Amino acid sequence: MSLLEVCDLAVSYDGRRAVEGISFAVEPGEVVAVVGESGSGKSTTAHAVIGLLPANGAVDAGRILLGGADLATWSSKRMESVRGAQIGLIPQDPSSSLDPVKTVGAQIAEVLRIHGRGDRRAIRRRVVDLLARVGLPDPERRARQYPHELSGGMRQRVLIAIAIALEPRLIIADEPTSALDVTVQRRILDLIDDLRAESGTALLLVTHDLAVAAGRSDRLVVMRGGRIEEQGPTKQVLASPAAGYTERLLNDAPALSASAFRDPPDGAGPAIVVRDLVKEFKGFRAVDGVSFEVTRGTTHALVGESGSGKTTTARMVVRFAEPTSGTVSIAGAGEGRAFRRHVQLVHQNPYGSLDPRQSIGDIVEEPLRNFRLGDRAERRARVLDLLERVALPQDVLTRRPRELSGGQRQRVAIARALAAGPEVVVLDEAVSALDVTVQAQILDLLEQLQRDLGLTYLFISHDLAVVRQISHTVSVMNKGSIVESGTTRQVFTDPRHEYTRELLAAIPEPAL
Amino acid sequence: MTRWGGLVLAWFPIALVVLWAVAPGLFTGYDPIAGVPAEKLQAPSADHLFGTDAVGRDLFARVVHGSVHSLTGAFVAVAVGLVAGTLLGLLAGSAGGVLDDAVMRIVDVLLSVPGLLLALTVIILLGPGTVNVAIAVGVGSVAAFARLSRSEVVRVRRTDYVEAAFGSGGRFLAVLWRHVLPNSLGPVIALAALQFGMAILAISTLSFLGYGAEPPTPEWGLLISEGRNYLATSWWLTTLPGAVVVAVVLAAGRVSRSLRRHE
Repeated sequence: MSLLEVCDLAVSYDGRRAVEGISFAVEPGEVVAVVGESGSGKSTTAHAVIGLLPANGAVDAGRILLGGADLATWSSKRMESVRGAQIGLIPQDPSSSLDPVKTVGAQIAEVLRIHGRGDRRAIRRRVVDLLARVGLPDPERRARQYPHELSGGMRQRVLIAIAIALEPRLIIADEPTSALDVTVQRRILDLIDDLRAESGTALLLVTHDLAVAAGRSDRLVVMRGGRIEEQGPTKQVLASPAAGYTERLLNDAPALSASAFRDPPDGAGPAIVVRDLVKEFKGFRAVDGVSFEVTRGTTHALVGESGSGKTTTARMVVRFAEPTSGTVSIAGAGEGRAFRRHVQLVHQNPYGSLDPRQSIGDIVEEPLRNFRLGDRAERRARVLDLLERVALPQDVLTRRPRELSGGQRQRVAIARALAAGPEVVVLDEAVSALDVTVQAQILDLLEQLQRDLGLTYLFISHDLAVVRQISHTVSVMNKGSIVESGTTRQVFTDPRHEYTRELLAAIPEPAL
Repeated sequence: MTRWGGLVLAWFPIALVVLWAVAPGLFTGYDPIAGVPAEKLQAPSADHLFGTDAVGRDLFARVVHGSVHSLTGAFVAVAVGLVAGTLLGLLAGSAGGVLDDAVMRIVDVLLSVPGLLLALTVIILLGPGTVNVAIAVGVGSVAAFARLSRSEVVRVRRTDYVEAAFGSGGRFLAVLWRHVLPNSLGPVIALAALQFGMAILAISTLSFLGYGAEPPTPEWGLLISEGRNYLATSWWLTTLPGAVVVAVVLAAGRVSRSLRRHE
């Protein structure tokens, strides 16, 4: 008998169907990955299984069989005996999933106490054991620390400790590594794998990252628009996807498609020259002597993990931050406001970078108004031209940002950045918040705009797979310094620095 | 359904009171100033909904005609607090640094003085009168508006879209006007609705104490104050105008809450 069997599950929010006709099974000890883009219903499915739908969500139909018992019919009170004990949950965001005012030891102990596992001394011993088991050094001290004293990866380990505390038969991991750096991501996934292998726990892995799913799962469930598009053994699905949608997902995932390198053209002069850039925050050196050059009309990527100083460097290049020392010179850029016509920044989060009260037309027109470019009719024509360039329909003009999808919003942000005719565009994690398919479209758009308009890009990213696809040259940053730089081909095929090798090894690749 | 029902119920007294202020003649035929001595101190009846006072004036007519004084007073008070407070908050929040500190410490001092005491101080400086009372109450709420709008401005200034606006070549004041102000106003408007109710209460209190409108002006606080002498024999003289004030203040609070939730 299967450990978990979901039959024809349907869930709705406020009466609107979110997922429908979901059927799949998880065998004991097996890893099943549920993949899909945001809004595909994968998290809803996972939450329904563990009985943690939000207050406006309801299971309309179907059965959720855990070892023969139908959880769909259970009250939330009764589910409490299942959660933790039989099904463990590793939540998505390690920074907000722990109580900031309790020590991590107390939070792990809470699970054991609620389910009455031993007296106080036994629980304390078990907490230390668990912390050691999830690979935290000096577990006794960690148990007494508060979440803010731990890094993101350590917090995720604590959450894993909580999930495995009662040795459940099934663990649901909801995007367990999405908020983490690649090297940390790999260690966490390895840890989950090890723990699973030791105890024979089954894992339901919910992820948008097809590469992670491909490398870690036995079976794959591909979801789209609240339905299951395809499911089967991972190798089989990857080798010969039956659904067109799965095939598109596979093609769009940058880690899985080994596209050709973009080699830098010869002969063009530098557009951006950065020399010995240093930024100190109250005695802490966030950026420590960074130098690089970007050839006109090419893309240079700054790669690194969070805290490497890449975003601070980008902010100094666009003059949103003052360097403590060092220089940034951009060929042809003026001073003051004229600088802004020449150099533009596209933010990471398209949900935050557009004023929610403005219409799309106003947003794209804003730089034109600021620089007094053209009269009203000319500006309007220019806005329409820009929207067409970023492949947005004309009817978005009067709409507000919240009516647009993430990908559409990022197109709007790009259109705004291009409005005043800049020559240098700095993209700060500009595709990191987007689904793979949308990400692929935006990357294509950026490439095309670069060809048409001769733009120079400074591309900030933590995602090596994306960088490999878009950039001509790369600088790898670690702890405020550039450890290695060169053409993308050199750096990716023949990495010289230890850290670069570690980063490259951490890119999730499917075990085909 | 009940949530909306409650909100409709809250708008009703406010709409009614506004109508009273705009067209009092539609609601009562009695003169609010001239009384009929023969009909003094009558209990509420079909003829006199709220009864009559010691000189035989219809109390309902006085409440209806008085609404214009209380409402304009509250309106002026909120306008003073909203405009001055928001400007101060905008200034402090967007300039930052020493200016921010200076403005906010003054606001802290203002907040540490009880509202009524502050209003009385201002009245002593300006002299009594309906408009002066309104201004005094408004000055008392400047600090609350300033603090709220500053916190909103500080929040909005940190957003990516404000940075993007500067990045698009926006000048400081233009960005402030086009992005920071509109996105900061939501909670401030909700506070204004709440303050509207509180201002009616404060103005009535000051009139009750004798700093506001002069008799025989039918101002709500004054009505309650005048009825005080007859509390033992004629309960309606204080109770019914008081109930009207309570209803309007509660309704304003409910409307304010719905505005905040809407944000």
